Amino acid sequence: MTVTEAPPGSPAPAGPLPRKQPVRRKLVPYWLLLPGILWLLVFFALPLVYQASTSVQTGSLEEGFEVTWHFRTYRDALGEYYPQFLRSVLYAGTATTLCLLLGYPLAYLIAFKAGRWRNLLLVLVIAPFFTSFLIRTLAWKTILADGGPVVDVLSTIGFLDITGRLGMTEGNRVLATPLAVVTGLTYNFLPFMILPLYTSLERIDPRLHEAAGDLYAKPSTVFRKVTFPLSMPGVVSGTLLTFIPASGDYVNAELLGSTGTRMVGNVIQSQFLRVLDYPTAAALSFILMAVVLIVVTVYIRRAGTEDLV
Amino acid sequence: MKQYQPEHLSEVQLAAVRRSLSSGRGALSRRSLLRATGTGALAMGGIGALNACGIPPASRAGGGAAASDDRSAEEKRIAFSNWTQYIDISEDEKGHPTLDAFTRRTGISVTYTEDINDNVEFFGKIRPQLAAGQDTGRDLINVTDWLAARMIRLGWAQKLDPAHLPNAYAHLSPQFRSPDWDPGRAYSYPWAGISTVIAYNSGATGGRRIESVSQLLEDRALRGRVACLSEMRDTVGMTLLDMGKDPGKVTGDDYDAAIAKIQQAVDTRQIRRFTGNDYTSDLDKGDIAACLAWAGDLVQLRVDNPDIQFVVPDAGYLTSSDNLLVPAKARHKANAEKLIDYYYEPPVAARLAAYINYVCPVEGVGPELARIDPALAENTLILPDKAMAAKAHAFRSLSSEEETAYEEKFAKLIGA
Repeated sequence: MTVTEAPPGSPAPAGPLPRKQPVRRKLVPYWLLLPGILWLLVFFALPLVYQASTSVQTGSLEEGFEVTWHFRTYRDALGEYYPQFLRSVLYAGTATTLCLLLGYPLAYLIAFKAGRWRNLLLVLVIAPFFTSFLIRTLAWKTILADGGPVVDVLSTIGFLDITGRLGMTEGNRVLATPLAVVTGLTYNFLPFMILPLYTSLERIDPRLHEAAGDLYAKPSTVFRKVTFPLSMPGVVSGTLLTFIPASGDYVNAELLGSTGTRMVGNVIQSQFLRVLDYPTAAALSFILMAVVLIVVTVYIRRAGTEDLV
Repeated sequence: MKQYQPEHLSEVQLAAVRRSLSSGRGALSRRSLLRATGTGALAMGGIGALNACGIPPASRAGGGAAASDDRSAEEKRIAFSNWTQYIDISEDEKGHPTLDAFTRRTGISVTYTEDINDNVEFFGKIRPQLAAGQDTGRDLINVTDWLAARMIRLGWAQKLDPAHLPNAYAHLSPQFRSPDWDPGRAYSYPWAGISTVIAYNSGATGGRRIESVSQLLEDRALRGRVACLSEMRDTVGMTLLDMGKDPGKVTGDDYDAAIAKIQQAVDTRQIRRFTGNDYTSDLDKGDIAACLAWAGDLVQLRVDNPDIQFVVPDAGYLTSSDNLLVPAKARHKANAEKLIDYYYEPPVAARLAAYINYVCPVEGVGPELARIDPALAENTLILPDKAMAAKAHAFRSLSSEEETAYEEKFAKLIGA
């Protein structure tokens, strides 16, 4: 009796409630995402809009800059500085490949063979991050100094002859050559390769290796058919984490390189700070972003991982 | 681990729950989220927003409005931005004796920050505030003359009151009195003069003496071990002098000819790098055998490494200066003027020069410097004698268009 008879004038209890509930629940994820979205908006979207605007402006410091939809800046910038773009992609690609070749065995060792040394080795991989990027890069100037032991050894064993013929070094020196820049990039971004590789290798169940062995697979076949395919997410994220920052890097080219090794990051810096041509600098940044996006998209499509796209 | 499944639901109900979570309206898929966020961002970043992002002209923002209400009388402090290692340091490395003495005498506390490493970078850092007509939070800055010229040209420096600068007016060396970019020093006073000369490491050159910029750019024995400076005026100016041209009257054609000459040295791999302050360690190690260098660095380097030699070319050398100026809208101009004037008292100037070893712009500092160290007083790199002063040349000040065009050409020369 009392259940069915509601007092007159009071709202029907069953009516509005179920309708409100889903709306509020639907909004919860957005509330949770709010800090992240605000962060992206203020520190990514707004600067991006600002740079997009700058790239189609013309003017000078005296007269100010105004949006004139001057899209030619893009064509001029690309026409003028395409060698630096190619060089950036080439250097970053080489450094990424080297990182993979150096990082994979190390990550494999840490994940499967290191035993109780695992944590220590991981700390050693991260240890360089305890000093600043700049100091680490400057240290290479001492290590690779012209008369130093490293260059002496490389020269004695004929390594510098080979790299010299490839146009990677000049005479008996490494500093101020492409080799130095690529070495610096490889060194500085190596941990970004090793850590994702390690996490995806570590997740592989060792029993899969045993199972493959039971099925008469040679160790090399096990690696080819089981380990490597299962570590693909690590390979993809590692290469991306290395390639993307390396292609925009300018510190290594600035400190270890020479006039012939300047990358697009150096051009952007120079246009922005030295020449005060803000539109060209902004246009170059957008072109770099587009180039990286295209390279990365093609790569991910080909690598065929669902983890990132 | 097994996934949690509510047990008292039928197979059909379970399927419905799963469906609604993964594809129903209640589902927040990554795509729908991206779509919603993307639409919002697009609306934000519409054409209107693009249009609104222009940079106002300098004259409108700064101009006559460079001055600000000066709070010097109420607030006994100033913020002073300087280059690194460009002031005296006490024995315990905690204080700056000349600055501390200034505070003791005047009661004005100085927030001293070494945040200038590079002119172009520093300008990039303070430009947005100055362009927007805001206070940079700095009352006194120290920038090289071409940047001081640019800031004055843009109306981003405050005019100084000569009545507050009796010492500075009386003791400023004649050679610094009237640069073409600030006649009569209405806006700026030099902190130190900079001489650009040739330096070499005699160990690395095999005892060879490097005497001219031509030799630097063309002597094949030095191939790959020569550095030039990334300051456009220093490198091009020294090359112009070597070609018999006066950098004080440089024309577009002269400039192009000098660039072509340096370009040749870049193409033949004679030049290893263009450097900022970092040439000193390379020269010390011998990775750089010979280079263009700033004399103040050399005084210090030569103490540590006797192999390092310097040469003032017969063709002359380039001078420039670092200048103190009060940025637009700075709140403590009168206090800043007191500090400028203080550094023009000969005993204070001598202490500073003895520490930083750059050219001292203060007249009559010789006897004071001799009292600290007689060798310093005789060093022509710090107190140029007549013969040295006669060889000094300054790069003329450039108009805004010239500056952009010249810097663009130089940027291409150095690789970007």
